[in-house]
Amino acid sequence: MSDPLPITLTINGETKQAFVQPWHTLLHVLRDVFHFTGTKRGCNQGVCGACSVLADGEVVRGCLSLAVNCAGQDIQTIEGLADGDELSPVQQAFLDTGAVQCGFCMPGMIIASTAFLAENPAPTETEIREGLSGNLCRCSGYVKVIAAVQTAAERMSS
Amino acid sequence: MNVYVGAVGARIPRLETREKVTGQARYSDDMFPQDVIHAAMITSPYPHARILSYDVSQALAVPGVRAVITGNDLELPNRGGPFVKDEHAIAKDKVRYVGEPVAALAADDLETARRAVMLIDVTYEELAAVMSPEEGLADGAPILHEDLNDYATSIDLPLKGNLLQECEISSGDVDSAWDQCDLIVEGEFETQGQYHAYMEPCSAIAEVDANGKITVWSSNQSVFRDQANLSERLGIPMSRIRAISPRVGGAFGGKIEITVQAIVALLAMKAKKPVKMTLTREQDMEMIRARHPSKVRMKTGVTKDGMLIARDTVIVMDAGAYACDSPGVVGVATWFARGPYHIPHVRSIGRGVYTNKLRFGAFRGFGGPQVAWAGEQQLDEIAEKLGIDPIQLRINNAVQADREWVAGIELKKSDLVTCLEKVRSESGWDEKRANSDRGNGGGNGAKRKRGIGIACVPHISGVLASSAIVRVLEDGTVVLSTGAVDNGQGSDTALVQICAEALGIGVEQISFTQPDTDASPYNWGTSASRVTYTTGRAIVGAADEVVTTLKKYAGEIMECAAEDLELRPGGFIGLKGVPDAVVPFAGISGYCHWVSGGPIIGAHSVQYDGDDILDPTKAIIKHFPFRFGVYTFAAQAVEVEIDEDTGRIEALEVWSAHDIGKAINPMAVEGQVEGGVVQGLGYALYEELEWDSGRLANPSFMDYKIPGTMDSPQAIHTYMIENPHEGGPFGAKGIGEPPIVGIAAAIGNAVCQATGVRLARLPMTPERVLTALSERS
Repeated sequence: MSDPLPITLTINGETKQAFVQPWHTLLHVLRDVFHFTGTKRGCNQGVCGACSVLADGEVVRGCLSLAVNCAGQDIQTIEGLADGDELSPVQQAFLDTGAVQCGFCMPGMIIASTAFLAENPAPTETEIREGLSGNLCRCSGYVKVIAAVQTAAERMSS
Repeated sequence: MNVYVGAVGARIPRLETREKVTGQARYSDDMFPQDVIHAAMITSPYPHARILSYDVSQALAVPGVRAVITGNDLELPNRGGPFVKDEHAIAKDKVRYVGEPVAALAADDLETARRAVMLIDVTYEELAAVMSPEEGLADGAPILHEDLNDYATSIDLPLKGNLLQECEISSGDVDSAWDQCDLIVEGEFETQGQYHAYMEPCSAIAEVDANGKITVWSSNQSVFRDQANLSERLGIPMSRIRAISPRVGGAFGGKIEITVQAIVALLAMKAKKPVKMTLTREQDMEMIRARHPSKVRMKTGVTKDGMLIARDTVIVMDAGAYACDSPGVVGVATWFARGPYHIPHVRSIGRGVYTNKLRFGAFRGFGGPQVAWAGEQQLDEIAEKLGIDPIQLRINNAVQADREWVAGIELKKSDLVTCLEKVRSESGWDEKRANSDRGNGGGNGAKRKRGIGIACVPHISGVLASSAIVRVLEDGTVVLSTGAVDNGQGSDTALVQICAEALGIGVEQISFTQPDTDASPYNWGTSASRVTYTTGRAIVGAADEVVTTLKKYAGEIMECAAEDLELRPGGFIGLKGVPDAVVPFAGISGYCHWVSGGPIIGAHSVQYDGDDILDPTKAIIKHFPFRFGVYTFAAQAVEVEIDEDTGRIEALEVWSAHDIGKAINPMAVEGQVEGGVVQGLGYALYEELEWDSGRLANPSFMDYKIPGTMDSPQAIHTYMIENPHEGGPFGAKGIGEPPIVGIAAAIGNAVCQATGVRLARLPMTPERVLTALSERS
């Protein structure tokens, strides 16, 4: 074991300091150090997308991001999307369309959708499928997930 | 003015959605009890070996290590299993599959635990392994369980050598029926192991109190199965085990029996601290269960006008290293090999064989997809040879009401024909089938060929016991306890809707309690498409009892007879014929709490009480695990496009019709159908567990592909054929499993229509498609 390295990062608007090993991932810091457990560990291999968070506005996989490389970044997790009791438009659309079943993939799915719609506010269905192709869900068959993103896009443009 | 809107039939999102979209939902690994320590395990590197010795001294010497367990910690009689008591908490004396837990330890932090556990030294004597049912049944085969006949079983099973199950359900006289057939088709169909691939890996936390009572939080499908499993594995009375279910991130059958709960419980007992363990994805894939690989040999005979006369089926399933639910899965496959059809002469024999692979167990469909893959493709082969439309052939033979289906069972209703007709009209079937550019190799030379295929599904729900308790609080709001675990399919919401409807109140008036063996009434589990039907019935019964009590004390308050009172929407009891004479639930419940009667509680228990029971005097029935249930049927059509250059199959659109009785929540039913269809698509096209020299070769999402957004169909159309089932809660039946069952066969039939090639083995990978196309005459 080497000496832990101090890092500072902003999580959902709050500045946090942690001491991490070089091999520690952002996912480890979020879940196991700070208990932001909304971010899920589904495969720890970068395939399932359940650990997706926003780092300086870009979607990253928490399990593939080394914590030391995230020093100084502005991290947004699922816990940081709502404004008090008011859900974000993407969260609200996932709720209204019944897209959420077991919910385990949903933090990653909602984070990925949020970033995707910021880039492409009026996507076609094919673009939505491409945009979410890195997020696996085993419950929904994706029908209502895609509908949720369409609903969110419509609401955000009106 | 409180306008009451009926709860049953309402399209409402899951009641807990808000916590799930904000990241507040707590799954097992999200819990960090005070002083919790962390477990890690080592697993067997061999498919079959004798454990000679353990050396745990180096591991124990690592600072921070609190407890170690090995097979030496287990008492001999402490084995469990739903059908055969063949499994200890971890391996004892022998290992029987690569990935089987051999030893575990708990340490102050996870990194220490994982580092220290690698220092446990185990010496093995490697044994010859059995890697297929054929090898397992061969003369002189290595035997997995030498003491098999000493194991306790919960049903009569013909245990011998590596043979775990050999069941039969046969009627008529198959051997002499072939003479009556104008056409006989015969073939062997093969299916693969499928991983459940729930997004949440298995996880559990155990804590032991000063009196030795163990509390276990875990990702599961049944807190009561957890409790029973732990009691067997630990040799501790059930009353000293408390099982609780936090949110569960999908299960699909894989979590119905315990996963890692016994390991954390044993460590917590030794360490005297709460212990947590969450499997890595690789461990989860190697250690937890999967769908049975199978070989199905089937022979079907018909008259020249397409009436089914006889079917002879032999199913051989790979059961893996421990029996788990195999005797049941083999049984259901054997039962449904006949399909949802009237066939006068049927012989179905199913075998389950121990092998040195991971345990194959319950998985959505429970044996149904394997026999549908065979039987539904064989029907299309018949339709093609006789020149009959595949849907028409199925309609002509479909199970009908008031006619014996099997062994004395006559269904009072059957909506299979309605399902088939719905799918035919909605999919544009007749036009698509008639299109001359399609079919048998295609007419226009195009390399991308479209086809549409159909499959029918029979399934069973309504089995095993459930109960419910409905309590009225002082202010007239309600607490509903059922012990049913919601794995994500939406049962918490559907059950609250049933309770709300039965009491005539809004869903927001009801609190649904977390499943907890100390606090909840019994529920066998979230499996077998059973929760809505059985638990729903228990809730209706409990709510009826509450209404009876409410009327009794409303009568005291209003000074009238209870018989003159009625339930009014919105939470009132009123005097019949007098609109203004009402008393709210709050008034009655307050009266009962403070004046007379005591708090109002309704409780009801359910075990199957219908008359759709297999009659052993009307068929040969041997070693059969189930005798009764509620039957559901479906018709599923899939349109596909096949690229003949690459062999890639794309599922374009799916039409799925289900005779669900009554949709308690149509939005949730759609979710079940859409999710089941895409899981079926993965089974059909991509997913296959593969072994290399006894080791699972693809235990990761990198190497085991499940469908993503780019793979799912452009549209999935769900049709709910509502014809209320007598006895079901507001007419409802189960819908969890059927949507997965017919998809592979429907795609197989569509591929054949498009290309003329029929595939016998799943999944239909590009390689297999290209090979079949190259062999096309």
